[in-house]
Amino acid sequence: MSTETMRRLTATEFTLFLRDKVGPIFGVLFPTALLCVFGNIDFFTDPANGVDGQPLLYTYTPILVGFVIAMLALNTLPPTLASYREQGVLRRLRTTPVGPAQVLGAQFAICLGTALVSVVLLLTVARLAFDVPLPRLPVAFALSAVLAALALIGVAVVVAAVTPTAKAANAIGSVLFYVMMFFAGLWLPIEAMPPALRHVSVATPLGAAVQALADSTEGHWPPVWRLLLLAGYVVVTALVGVRLFRWE
Amino acid sequence: MTAVIEVQELHKRYGEKVAVDDVSFRVEEGEIFGILGSNGAGKTTTVECVEGLRRADGGTIRVFGLDPARDRSELTQRLGVQLQGAHLPEKLRVGEALDLYRSFYRRPADQAALMGALGLESIRKTRFGKLSGGQQQRLSIALALIGNPRVAVLDELTTGLDPRARRETWRLIEDVRASGVTILLVTHFMDEAERLCDRVAVIDAGRVVALDTPAALTKRAAADLGVERASLEDAFVALTGEHADVD
Repeated sequence: MSTETMRRLTATEFTLFLRDKVGPIFGVLFPTALLCVFGNIDFFTDPANGVDGQPLLYTYTPILVGFVIAMLALNTLPPTLASYREQGVLRRLRTTPVGPAQVLGAQFAICLGTALVSVVLLLTVARLAFDVPLPRLPVAFALSAVLAALALIGVAVVVAAVTPTAKAANAIGSVLFYVMMFFAGLWLPIEAMPPALRHVSVATPLGAAVQALADSTEGHWPPVWRLLLLAGYVVVTALVGVRLFRWE
Repeated sequence: MTAVIEVQELHKRYGEKVAVDDVSFRVEEGEIFGILGSNGAGKTTTVECVEGLRRADGGTIRVFGLDPARDRSELTQRLGVQLQGAHLPEKLRVGEALDLYRSFYRRPADQAALMGALGLESIRKTRFGKLSGGQQQRLSIALALIGNPRVAVLDELTTGLDPRARRETWRLIEDVRASGVTILLVTHFMDEAERLCDRVAVIDAGRVVALDTPAALTKRAAADLGVERASLEDAFVALTGEHADVD
């Protein structure tokens, strides 16, 4: 297959992604809007209320990065992939020189690309509008974010694989999103959780991701086991997804 | 004449249920070959094996000498497929669908001419989800032909089309054949088969019960029924009546 075909396929899928509006609104605009809301509440910006003498907004920035990744992976991929299977889009593609696997590839590329744009926007606004320091270890931060995105995409493929309809995929994706965001500390930062809950949180994909992002932001490399845990999620969900996903 | 499609002793079952018991036929280059059968007779399963969407449990299939289950990348360049039902994302526009599918093939067809022939220009910007059944059907035929295939498999070609659109589609298929394309047509419309097909295979309960020209089948049916003239539908009913299998 030519690169021109892959380019055309990705461009077409991206057009549909924009038309669908969920990804651009909830994956790009919403997290930065949420940051702006938090940034204008004194409780979040006053160091007296924060963790380790930092304003709470600093703690919330990596959580919002996790929010971007989880939103794009769990709320756009499962319904799209399940509806493509349900409507026979993947089946129709099986009869062309371009197999359905390329459509999945295009979808993952769009998810990763959009997440990158959204995270850059979020960090830029956080830095310029609210004086939140940029990650001190950008390489560690980027590595953590990429591992987190791949792990969440893996989870999304598993969800799409085990749900028969787009509706069901949408419902399960949304529920998982809220569960994972809870463990990532959206309602209660991980540092503020009781120890037992904290142990559970850092074992979940998004909890581990947010901890790794927070470590990199503060200037130290995340512990190796944390990165390995994320990589483990990537491998396991990829294997399970490939095994369970059906084209029709 | 060389055979473009060769199916020998095809067998396919789903669990306990035998969908195709024993089907053999050859489609010669440049002909329009019809596969007729009641619902559940096994005709769609047969063509899905030809298209490579399903693996046969027994028998052999060759399309241009290629094995559909293995030589997929080469087969899909030369075989155009129209499936039953809708198969595009709801928000994809007609023109975008054709642009996309066109990019899949080495030597695609003339897109403007194809859109003209199928009356798609006026709905170029319409989203797939907003198309009527007939419009979806016409787009699906266009997508089957956009790769400039040497053989086209068309399943329930004119289902959902009004009488005028049906006749226009028949003319288009005859034009496509005139340009040298071999056509495998799956249908349960007898008038369509009589009008278009050079030869037909009648499939019943997973087996070929007759394989001949429509004229020969109707002639034989007339003789069997003791009437002066029989239609292909009369012949079909006589051939398949006893154990029509409806699912």
